[in-house]
Amino acid sequence: MILLESMNAGLAGLGAGVAAIGAGIGVGRIGGSALEAMARQPEMSGDLRANMIVAAALVEGVALFAVIVCLLVTFS
Amino acid sequence: MKALSHRIVRSCLKSLTLGLFFMGSGAMEVAGSEAPEGDFNPSDFIVNHIADAHEIHLFGDVHIPLPCIIYVPETGGVDFFMSSACAHGEAHQGGSGLWYTMHHGALSVHDHDPSGHGHGHDHSEHDQGHDGHDHGSHGSVDVVDLSITKSIFGMLVMMGLVLVLFGSAAKGYAKRKGQAPKGLQNVLEPMVMFIRDDIAVPSIGKKKADRYLPFLLTVFFFIFFSNLLGLIPFIGGFNITGTLGITLVLATLVFIITTVSGNKHYWGHILWPSGVPLPIKFILVPIEIASLFIKPTVLMIRLTANITAGHIIILAFTSLIFLLGAQFGSGVGLGTGVFSTLFMIFMYLIEFLVAFLQAYVFTLLAALYFGEATQEAHH
Repeated sequence: MILLESMNAGLAGLGAGVAAIGAGIGVGRIGGSALEAMARQPEMSGDLRANMIVAAALVEGVALFAVIVCLLVTFS
Repeated sequence: MKALSHRIVRSCLKSLTLGLFFMGSGAMEVAGSEAPEGDFNPSDFIVNHIADAHEIHLFGDVHIPLPCIIYVPETGGVDFFMSSACAHGEAHQGGSGLWYTMHHGALSVHDHDPSGHGHGHDHSEHDQGHDGHDHGSHGSVDVVDLSITKSIFGMLVMMGLVLVLFGSAAKGYAKRKGQAPKGLQNVLEPMVMFIRDDIAVPSIGKKKADRYLPFLLTVFFFIFFSNLLGLIPFIGGFNITGTLGITLVLATLVFIITTVSGNKHYWGHILWPSGVPLPIKFILVPIEIASLFIKPTVLMIRLTANITAGHIIILAFTSLIFLLGAQFGSGVGLGTGVFSTLFMIFMYLIEFLVAFLQAYVFTLLAALYFGEATQEAHH
């Protein structure tokens, strides 16, 4: 495989895509289980919604870690 | 039924007009700023709108200059000038003898007059005897940049706004003791109560929550208003919480407060966790010590990345219009314009939610860390 100078940006794009997959799977699972729990016990949905949002923000934080690394690779 | 659908249609039309206004503003900025310079370069466009600058670029050629304050350690002097003195290819010599030029908001320092090379990059004839000049960096000159840049200006505006808002609300409370809240208090009271009752008290406990409440309130409103400020079009694009420097300071403050207010139980749980067999303690304690530093770092990166990513998405949808228009002809550009607008409106709505959510998550995690640090014995 020839190592080109311009390969960095392409690989960074690939990395950002994989990070998006990770975020999608993670937040999707959180949303799914929250909805299931809300269906089982509708009176708890306020509580469940707040906790779901907090967990989603934490998981997205990790995915955006990867996006920042890809941005750093692209712009330097 | 007829009245309800009539109202829904009217509100849809209003929001669509608002969205077209946003799209139009973003697009006008692009058209105004890029037309004189030829080809449209999306990555330059995006980076110019995300990064900090020494001027506020409103649209086209309209700039608001900002003061540049440069401290030169060698001579111990401070150069103070408005950035309009070194904009557009002119070079400005400060009191310490250093020359300054500014290109697209980025200041560069030279130790000799670079304006002899003319505007732009045609320095081949004059450059025979000199080694490389980099127009975009500080070269070999050591300076400390203390200027009022766009982000700092936005922060000052926002801090002034917060002081005025909360100051007048506080005066209202003092004047009308025991009466129902009136005017501005009605807006601020639910938010403050929300932070106290749903963030601080469940995490820290009723007794000690009041000690940390000022910091938590400050951090919440700082992040929330800074995020909102970055979403307003037409005023030059502020990206305050999207700069690593500012979120680094916020995370460091959280770290300092957690460490200083840590009590015996907190350090005991980290350095000598109970109920854990001895071999696992050897693995667990380094991980706990590392997490002491990793938690504030993740706080910092989460906020920066979320806000910057949101801005990049909105800018990318806008630049998609012009990129496709330039490549395939203006018909494709127009067609993309409709879909891009709708996507951009959608992203703007999400960004409003993210602005509040990131402030909420930062404050909640800070309260959790404070609660951990001041925990009571509970075995």
